[in-house]
Amino acid sequence: MPRKLAAFASVLSAGALLLTGCANPSTGSAEDDPTKPVTLKFWHGWSEKNEVKAIDASIARFEKLHPNIKVKATGNVTDATVNQALRAGGGNAPDVVSSFTTNNVGQYCSSGMWVDLDPFMRKTGLDKTEVFPKTLLDYTSYQGDQCALPLLADAYGMYYNKDAFEEAGITRPPRTMSELKRDAAKLTKRTGNGGYQRVGFMPNFRLYQNSPDRFFAQWGPDYFDEDGKARLAKEKATEEFYATTRELIRRQGGYGPLETFRTSFGDEMSSQNAFLTGKLAMHLDGEWRGLFMKGADFRWGTAPLPVPDDQPETYGRGYLTGTVIGIAHSSTHQNAAWELVKFLTADTDQVVAFANAIHNVPSTKAALTSPKLDADPTFRAFLDIAQNPHSTAMPPSINGGQYVSSLQDFSYDVEAGKVHDLDAGLRTLDAEIDADNLQAQN
Amino acid sequence: MATLTNSTALRRKARRERLRTLGFLSPWLVGFSVFFGYPLIATVYFSFMHYNQIEAPTFVGLRNWRYVLEQMPLFGPALWNTLWLVVVMVALRVVFGLGIGLLVTRIKSGVGFFRTAFYLPYLAPPVAATVAFVFLLNPGTGPVNDILGKVGIDAPNWFNDPAWAKPSLVLLSLWGIGDLMVIFMAALLDVPRDQYEAAELDGAGAFHKFRYVTWPSITPIVMFAVVTGVVQTMQYYTQALVAGKLASGVSIGPGTVIQPGYPDHSTLTVPQLVYSLGFQNFNTGAACVLSLVLFAIAMAVTTLLMRRRAGLLSAED
Repeated sequence: MPRKLAAFASVLSAGALLLTGCANPSTGSAEDDPTKPVTLKFWHGWSEKNEVKAIDASIARFEKLHPNIKVKATGNVTDATVNQALRAGGGNAPDVVSSFTTNNVGQYCSSGMWVDLDPFMRKTGLDKTEVFPKTLLDYTSYQGDQCALPLLADAYGMYYNKDAFEEAGITRPPRTMSELKRDAAKLTKRTGNGGYQRVGFMPNFRLYQNSPDRFFAQWGPDYFDEDGKARLAKEKATEEFYATTRELIRRQGGYGPLETFRTSFGDEMSSQNAFLTGKLAMHLDGEWRGLFMKGADFRWGTAPLPVPDDQPETYGRGYLTGTVIGIAHSSTHQNAAWELVKFLTADTDQVVAFANAIHNVPSTKAALTSPKLDADPTFRAFLDIAQNPHSTAMPPSINGGQYVSSLQDFSYDVEAGKVHDLDAGLRTLDAEIDADNLQAQN
Repeated sequence: MATLTNSTALRRKARRERLRTLGFLSPWLVGFSVFFGYPLIATVYFSFMHYNQIEAPTFVGLRNWRYVLEQMPLFGPALWNTLWLVVVMVALRVVFGLGIGLLVTRIKSGVGFFRTAFYLPYLAPPVAATVAFVFLLNPGTGPVNDILGKVGIDAPNWFNDPAWAKPSLVLLSLWGIGDLMVIFMAALLDVPRDQYEAAELDGAGAFHKFRYVTWPSITPIVMFAVVTGVVQTMQYYTQALVAGKLASGVSIGPGTVIQPGYPDHSTLTVPQLVYSLGFQNFNTGAACVLSLVLFAIAMAVTTLLMRRRAGLLSAED
């Protein structure tokens, strides 16, 4: 029996040693000489023809300035693929990576998956506070670790159907939540059999970009207190935010009918998008939607989303996010990789050219005020939102976007009328977010 | 001397026998160690570790266990959905599979057509079948609700309604019942004809023939269908994930993180939660705890069923 026990213990020990050995992903270095010939692997998420053309043109400009550095770009890469590649390591893992969401920055920084860029900035004399707007620097760092930089930004505002407004006798887009509720009801058109022909403004959180954090940004909430604890139950705006969305739903026919109508919508990024097909008169979306609106058979315009009635001075604000870029921890060419990151994020002409090409908001102070920027007024509205001092971004968290997912889940229940005690629900939500964040800590 | 030689030879022979046995068993032993033993040890090990798959793992004691069992709000719904599917889906699949099996063994004409018609859907890849079902049952644009509406039936929202999402998945699984139908058909055709004739002579009707002749003969096959069904359903992942993704209408692309379980976690299963925790949140420890809980439940249910099966077989024997 003792022999068997000893054998079992040996197997377990060997297994544990083996597992510990397996659990060490490859690490890179910043010992390389950026003037020596090198080929960098760059993974990004752009996939549309014009986007790929624009990023390839950017890379060509970089290669012209740095003839010793070749860049092998791979597009249409999801965050999940990048995450798994960087964890697996190996020779084919990318050196430079980008992501379309800022949600995971906290996780990238705290885990060391993306390297801290501050030493590179110091080495090459780039003062980040001079180059990038503060909000954008905030969403690309976590607890002082600047492991990412903004590579173009996204601002969220309102698209509205001018023909529908004219038909309903509305002269301008709503500026307060009360106006939004009134106009949304006016613009909603029902069919004879109880269905919808058009909805004024659908607040349902599952509609395209309507995740609750984006609409909630109009109230400018604080998600965490100074100690990093969730404070949605203590945030006065939370209750008003949910009351507004529920009232918008009620005035336009109720949650069930609106959800049924929503399921008849085509894909967000297709020509069957509900705003493009006239099924929505007002719509929350990002600046890139303008590129998809070329074929619209109605007149349309853009404006900031309305703000709460008691905060009229904040009109013009919106939710900010954007593409972020960083250097993989496993890269062995980190100095050369930094040259590429620096060019793509901080070179004013490059940032402006790229922003114009893919219809995104530029992410440096100089580029935002550049006269070379696209003069299209529908695009300009988003540049103003990006520069509005009241505009906000989501705070990075050690647990990535998990707290945003928790907020989404809770919001689905609220809009469906399943939360009968909002205050108690919010306290439970806070506890859940805190437990998740604690679990993510080492 | 001769005795000693004989005993040495016997020992050698026994050792050779053991080595030969081990040789024949080695492919299984290697497979078992690599694909079961090692992953199981790894899962137990990581369930006590904080490990985000980047930094070295650190020992955290029972923290992951407490997090999953006490604090994680999705654990309850995921476990409930998985057990709901195990009970309802497995039971209905067995009943429906047996029913179709009985039907196609009794049909006199066009038997080939019916057997093919019932088997064919099983050949559709799970993802394709799910895509088709979500399209057919789309409450806004799908033909099913359109037809039901025309005959005056107020159709549900199927995959878009938390109350109907799981039944919709059951419908999808019943549509692909071909595998069970073939197994039951083989079992039914194997029942000795003379027993039916004897029962008829005793004046047994259709029900009594099924109860006293067919059922005892096919019991082992029914138990096989139940046990394999339970194990498969415990691992239910693809169809629920695809249906949830499609029905939610979320545009899937770079930067999009899909939370499984749409709508309102009604299609979230434990394997989906394991994937989400382990490979979206990189919360390896909690994912391992959840895997071990699922493993324990699957082992307990299977053991219970196997004992029941042994009891049934000995009772019948």
